Amino acid sequence: MPINITMPALSPTMEEGTLAKWHVKEGDTVSSGDVIAEIETDKATMEVEAVDEGKIGKIVVAEGTENVKVNAVIAVLLQDGESADAAPAPTPAPKAAAPEPAPKAEAAATAEAGGLMRENSATQAGAASSSASSSASSSASAKAEAPSNGSDRTFASPLARRLAKDANIEISTIPGSGPHGRVVKADVEAAKSGKGATKAAQAPTPASPGGATLAAGMTKAQVLGLYPEDSYALIPNDGMRKTVAARLTEAKQTVPHFYLTLDCRIDALMEAREQLNAAAAVKDGKPAYKLSVNDFVMKAWAHALIKVPAANATWAGDAILLHKHADVAVAVAVPGGLFTPVVRSCETKSLRQISEEVKDLAGRARNKKLAPHEYQGGSTAVSNLGMFGIKHFAAVINPPHGTILAVGAGEERVYADKGQVKIGQFMTVTLSCDHRSVDGALGAELLAAFKAIVETPIMMLA
Amino acid sequence: MANSYDLIVIGAGPGGYIAAIRGAQLGMKVAIVEREHMAGICSNWGCIPTKALLRSAEVYSHMEHAASYGLNAGNYSADITAVVQRSRGIAGQMNNGVQFLMKKNKVDIIWGEAKLTKPGEIVVGKITKKPVEPQHPPPKNTLGEGTYTAKNIIVATGARPRVLPGIEPDSDRIWTYFEAMIPRTMPKSLAIMGSGAIGIEFASFYRTFGVEVTVIELLPQILPVEDAEIAEHVRKRLEKRGIKFLTDAKVTRVDKTATSVTAHIELKGGGTQQITANHLISAVGVQCNTENLGLEGLGVKLERGAIVTDGFGRTNVAGVWAIGDVAGPPMLAHKAEHEAVVTVETIAGLHVHALDKSKVPGCTYCDPQVASVGMTEAKARETGREIKVGKFPFIGNGKAIALGEPEGLVKTIFDAKTGELIGAHLVGAEVTELIQGFVVAMNLETTEEDLIHTIFPHPTLSETMKESVLAAYGRALNV
Repeated sequence: MPINITMPALSPTMEEGTLAKWHVKEGDTVSSGDVIAEIETDKATMEVEAVDEGKIGKIVVAEGTENVKVNAVIAVLLQDGESADAAPAPTPAPKAAAPEPAPKAEAAATAEAGGLMRENSATQAGAASSSASSSASSSASAKAEAPSNGSDRTFASPLARRLAKDANIEISTIPGSGPHGRVVKADVEAAKSGKGATKAAQAPTPASPGGATLAAGMTKAQVLGLYPEDSYALIPNDGMRKTVAARLTEAKQTVPHFYLTLDCRIDALMEAREQLNAAAAVKDGKPAYKLSVNDFVMKAWAHALIKVPAANATWAGDAILLHKHADVAVAVAVPGGLFTPVVRSCETKSLRQISEEVKDLAGRARNKKLAPHEYQGGSTAVSNLGMFGIKHFAAVINPPHGTILAVGAGEERVYADKGQVKIGQFMTVTLSCDHRSVDGALGAELLAAFKAIVETPIMMLA
Repeated sequence: MANSYDLIVIGAGPGGYIAAIRGAQLGMKVAIVEREHMAGICSNWGCIPTKALLRSAEVYSHMEHAASYGLNAGNYSADITAVVQRSRGIAGQMNNGVQFLMKKNKVDIIWGEAKLTKPGEIVVGKITKKPVEPQHPPPKNTLGEGTYTAKNIIVATGARPRVLPGIEPDSDRIWTYFEAMIPRTMPKSLAIMGSGAIGIEFASFYRTFGVEVTVIELLPQILPVEDAEIAEHVRKRLEKRGIKFLTDAKVTRVDKTATSVTAHIELKGGGTQQITANHLISAVGVQCNTENLGLEGLGVKLERGAIVTDGFGRTNVAGVWAIGDVAGPPMLAHKAEHEAVVTVETIAGLHVHALDKSKVPGCTYCDPQVASVGMTEAKARETGREIKVGKFPFIGNGKAIALGEPEGLVKTIFDAKTGELIGAHLVGAEVTELIQGFVVAMNLETTEEDLIHTIFPHPTLSETMKESVLAAYGRALNV
């Protein structure tokens, strides 16, 4: 029996991904453990290994195809003596199609299959683009699956859909008054006459985290219309870019941010760092470790969170999670975006352990080799732009984190001390807090604890 | 306070008792006032007992036609006393059923006549109305005369047969549906005034047992609320069964003897006619029961004899609500039931849509049956919109032929621009059970497209429904 190779789930929440690259072609022989393809999700690129041995009979999903549903057949593996003809014929998936044309293609197929008359194909396209645009190429799934993203679906009566289409109103913008918010004829008529509110005009529901209605930005066409055609290069957004955009837009629209800034004197920290680095054993002409200021910041931040446990918090709708450990994410810039891998239980780790772990995570982040569990979760993050000389900035919280610490450059500054003008090394830090879980005084307490540790780093030994 | 409730419902018919149950489900303390029979006209003297009679007629008709199915029914005959007895037994069963439902839902039954004395208060007094005989025994453990209060009071007092001056029912020669439902002997001949659902159902019932029946209708069309084409189909079928029709005909006066009644008729086209029969059934519509309720005292607004409501059962007086027949047409039990739910949920502050009268189906259980929902073809054309009309005859349906019921018609009407189903009209075997498919479709706002994509089981009469939709778009398959 030919074996179907299916789209793997790289994380429990993964619903679809991009088939980034095939390492094999039809006819190639593979054995168990061979890397056959690369799958790209919103953040990571993972290798797919063959589980069985055999010959690649058919590649069903072409390289570069986006939004391939988990468990969809991507290739067929033949056993000894089987021919490609014997391979099961999974429903054809579209070639690496751009998301926009997919619904039309799908609608056309439906119209053809159903033998519908009149403008039904247009109706279908309207329905498909309004209700299932998020899973644009749902037909990419080899299995006939229901549209995956339930939350994006607009429930509307068939008549309401047709009336909305005729009136050129996007059905998802019409508030439904039918059972469970279904959009019915009366709602479309109200929207047409201008009496009904549209959803965009309604206040988002603050009580539903992540489920609030978000204002949409300008459309692609609107943006393109503002610039002469040959005046720019158009770079399609990849999964990471889309995720960054979605998560941070969500953060700025649903998380009430506030910011706390203070200066830390880091003379003692710099001295401790120098001593520790000088004490590193030298092997093959290289020191066994080299601690960075950021490693100290990570550890100090973890200690501060343990000291002020109420601020080690995540907003979870009708509850707040108070974390028992300081799982500190660290923002790592990579070409085209950023990752935030997490150093778990950071407060229990030595500076050297933190240093090595961050180095490993950052290196793998740059190669997009992080596993989802390495960048998911965490209760807070550290973002350091000091190496660029940035003095001060305010970072966007990465949900579901409760806080993020933005670290500026360490530099010599003139300061006043008991009427004397003196010179010392300083670093400015800005803490962004989710006001739903961390109030102003609490955030200030946390940042003060951090300052105390940074300015007296020996406290990290206590 | 013992006599204080969240909700008091006046009248325990299909509107009232459903309102009481829904109120109880929503956690209200509810009482229901009734003076005559639990479950109302519907179960005692209307919908249900007439269906029992018509079922007897149907079985009788099957025996009559047994030979055409290859069967020999032997010597068969009708025992009208037993037929009526069966009908009364079923009415009593319904009555008991509602008593049980009240008990189950902890709804107090107050036995007596209610009068609204001021907003939020009723006084229940002695029953002045003579009950229709035979009366089903009243429920036990009821509350009696006294003052009762409730923040919200629903009037659900129903309606009674309309009486034309000079043609007053006398329980002897001139009947209403009450007497027509309990004949002691089978009359030789009947004249029926009015060809609405009630008149036509009695015509069909009595004709099955060989009675000479003449139906007199004021308007040019029998079943005046139905689609003209469907009504014409019914008229032809009933005429074939031997029922005579006089349309555009007005009864001006009646003469009675001990054994007969003569109706003097004026024809619209000119000329007069006389019809003499054993009895005349007056089936010229119903009249709302709005009297002696204290409505005038509270200033509750009436129009054409019915309480004016807003689609959510609200009257012009805060705290006073009205549902069912007393709140105006269509005067149908299922309209009353739905209005009851809408009204009680409105009282409870739940989100509801107003009752949409354009989506209330209607059924007539004559042979052949008639069922419809939405606009007739004529009404649809009157609106000025472009429409598509589909028709499919039962002769194109295998199940209909197998049943020996090849006569029938399904007609569907769509808005040509939007594909909205705006009317469905059916005549033929079992169409009263079929219509609900279209009612659901209409309520879910389906278009022709969804109906065309729906699979109807084969072999069933319901396939005629889909074919009719296809026909509206020039795509019928089996015709």
